[in-house]
Amino acid sequence: MNIYDIVFYLFAAITLASAFVVVTARNIIYSAFSLLFTFFGIAGLYVLLGADFIAVVQLMVYVGGILVLILFGVMLTNKITSVQIKTGTLQVIPAILGTALMAGVLIKIFTGTNWHSQMAQYPTKTTAYALGHILLTDYVLIFELLGILLLIALIGAATIARKEEKAS
Amino acid sequence: MNLIPIEYYLILSAFMFAVGVTGVLIRKNAIVVFMCIELMLNSGNLALVAFSSYMGSSAGQIFVFFVMTVAAAEAAVGLAIIIAIFRNKLTVNIDEINIFKW
Repeated sequence: MNIYDIVFYLFAAITLASAFVVVTARNIIYSAFSLLFTFFGIAGLYVLLGADFIAVVQLMVYVGGILVLILFGVMLTNKITSVQIKTGTLQVIPAILGTALMAGVLIKIFTGTNWHSQMAQYPTKTTAYALGHILLTDYVLIFELLGILLLIALIGAATIARKEEKAS
Repeated sequence: MNLIPIEYYLILSAFMFAVGVTGVLIRKNAIVVFMCIELMLNSGNLALVAFSSYMGSSAGQIFVFFVMTVAAAEAAVGLAIIIAIFRNKLTVNIDEINIFKW
């Protein structure tokens, strides 16, 4: 058992355990903060896979952006004065049965396939150069479309979330 | 040298996806449902990065970028919708939001 195995199991354990806490915690704040650990664990696995730039983007976009947005959502939709921050669950047994079946099928497919199960070449320098090159040559149309999508989402979110003005 | 087989990453991704689906199915609060959708997107990203890294090609990581962009847009619009619903109905429990039911 070398250092890679130890790091993999450590980050996998962090990721899975905090993902379970996200789903099972009764308090929304606990869910949000364990989502933070899930994102950190995933970022560590990205580093282990040699995708350093993706790992940094994961930390910046998910932890710095989406998680803060979710925390704002929690604070804006729960009246702090009336402590109604706990939520319940419903249809637990059928949901767990269905998802266990789905996970079983997925794992059967993953383990039954004959993958090219050896890492090609551990990258010795940063992947940012290769990524930028591909992004602005082969995938430049999708890149531009994503820019437009982000602009539309920004305008749409501001339009939906603001207070409606009184129609005079 | 990294000797972990790719199946380990894929199995971890499958477990994370199953946890996310379970959360979407059983939780009442719309924001927790949101977090579970982020979990599912992250598990997909993990599988994509694993494939890209074991194949020795960067194209899979480009798709991770695209998924992250769509996730950011989805989080912004979705939370705006949740806040708008909360302003009208004073709840974010999805079993109490049944205005489309007849």
